[in-house]
Amino acid sequence: MYQYIVRRLLLTVPVVLGVSIIVFSIIRLIPGDPARAIAGVNATPQFIQQVRVRYALDQPLYIQYGRFITDFMRGELGNSIFSGRPVTTELGERFPRTLLLATISLVIATILGVSAGIVSATRRNSVFDNASMLVALVGVAAPVFWMALMLQLLFAVQLRLLPATGIGTIRHLILPSITLGTASAALMARITRSSMLDVLRQDFITTARAKGLNERLVVYKHALKNALIPVVTVLGLQFGILLGGAVLTETVFAWPGVGRLLVDAILRRDYPVVQGTVMLLALLFVLINLVVDIVYAFLDPRIHYQSGSGE
Amino acid sequence: MQADDRDSVAATLHPPAADAAAATALTPRKKTSELHEVFRHLLRNRAAVVGLIIIGGFVFVSVFAPLFSTHDPLRTNLGNRLQPPNREHLLGTDELGRDLFSRMLYGGRISLNIGVISVLIGVLVGVPIGAISGYFGGKLDILTQRFIDIMIAFPGILLAIVVVTVLGVGVENVMIATGVASIPIYARLVRGSVLAIKEQSYVAAAHAAGLGHLRIIFRQILPNCLAPIIVQSTFQIATSILWAAGLGFLGLGAQAPTPEWGAILSNGRAYIRTAHHLTTYPGLAILLMVLGFNLVGDGLRDALDPKTR
Repeated sequence: MYQYIVRRLLLTVPVVLGVSIIVFSIIRLIPGDPARAIAGVNATPQFIQQVRVRYALDQPLYIQYGRFITDFMRGELGNSIFSGRPVTTELGERFPRTLLLATISLVIATILGVSAGIVSATRRNSVFDNASMLVALVGVAAPVFWMALMLQLLFAVQLRLLPATGIGTIRHLILPSITLGTASAALMARITRSSMLDVLRQDFITTARAKGLNERLVVYKHALKNALIPVVTVLGLQFGILLGGAVLTETVFAWPGVGRLLVDAILRRDYPVVQGTVMLLALLFVLINLVVDIVYAFLDPRIHYQSGSGE
Repeated sequence: MQADDRDSVAATLHPPAADAAAATALTPRKKTSELHEVFRHLLRNRAAVVGLIIIGGFVFVSVFAPLFSTHDPLRTNLGNRLQPPNREHLLGTDELGRDLFSRMLYGGRISLNIGVISVLIGVLVGVPIGAISGYFGGKLDILTQRFIDIMIAFPGILLAIVVVTVLGVGVENVMIATGVASIPIYARLVRGSVLAIKEQSYVAAAHAAGLGHLRIIFRQILPNCLAPIIVQSTFQIATSILWAAGLGFLGLGAQAPTPEWGAILSNGRAYIRTAHHLTTYPGLAILLMVLGFNLVGDGLRDALDPKTR
């Protein structure tokens, strides 16, 4: 087990390096002078020259990368071209808001999805089962930004119950988190249901029932514990996808998080901010996956982690 | 929903069918009967049939878009802007007086094209990577897997956004971006299948017969990985359509005046209070198309998996 965790940790190192290389490459792959891209379109030639020296852009690539990675380790991600503020400040201000939105969405999605999945599995082919699986199918297929607009239209424009955009109160959180969480809830409902059905078919459930155990005990204690293992894996993955999906949700609801920051930065060609945001989201996702894998190892003792090359 | 159909079908299906499926998982022969079997199974799945009808409908109206469209999708008419749906304009007009129905017909073409082409990119790049990685194993495999790990480190739509940032906006670049974003999915999937298949005796027999590695990979192994690739591709078309619409919505995808659904929706946003048909209908179209592919994907997964039938 500890060997597995150590190996899993070591495997993270090349991934983090790889992510940093991709982020490093963005500015160098776009057509044009990277120094101009970092300095901004309206920068003076002197400033561009300053930037070129500061980021070693007149040096060979490996020296540029060395500078990039040491800067990154020291938390220096440059300044936003648009606002002139340090990228780290921008991210520090906005990231908690995205984290809040994604966390609430995940909580809503998990509660709704898992309970709908359990009820669907135990009352198979019932009206509830069919209805919830139909809703789940539509929930996965609906574009996030469209859901967002439809909810705004209904609850903000027509019913005037909730604010359409902005932040500040809990009421501002309701529509964005429902929007963001819908697809995850749908996915989790489907996974919980099929996983639960699988487990309910197993011999030990038949045994438990044969022993005369209360059906409720069988379902919620014996079956659920095993059925939730795949759900946990998806949970971590979903959290990452929610952070990525926040790009769309935040745009519609004018939620000033990192997702909206990223889109604005791309549209404004504010490359230092693009770099910082992409780096942050990717590293966070790597960290989440690491945690999920380790939790998974504890949850499922059947799996041995001696062989293979780290799936 | 699809799971119920799967179970009822499994009960009515004759055991030889399951055997045939198990056998075809091992031998590349008997393709026609297998195809027939899969198709028959698919047609018994009500949800999958609905999906097929939805996709068929979209393909039909997209191919014959010029015949169905009532107006030029790009022709503006400022005296006639933001009209609600009426007899002349079935779905109303947009902020420049263009006919929404005609624009959406052409938008269907764009979305289907993006879905199919991006999946082709993902398959053509991802499948060989996964196959070679799984077949040869060793250092090459470890190296490839770390590379795939790096691509997977970008959650969901983020990798596509990164690619678009580098390449620039536009429909072609969206195809490339969503295609690239699906490469790691195929590489992982195929590697797993190849790892299982390469232990089969017919692969050993092919080795003994002196066949070259590439020939074994492409002739003996990959044909037997087709089932998961087909299933994944069906789902991936749906995902790519969603991602592309998302990019279009963010202004990072198709650009004006291209009648891409996500872009139409994005433009219509400003008029949501007065002319919500501009946001409602394109979104419904995306939903329906994605739903169609997902339903067929579910059906295919059940039809192609010997365990579930």
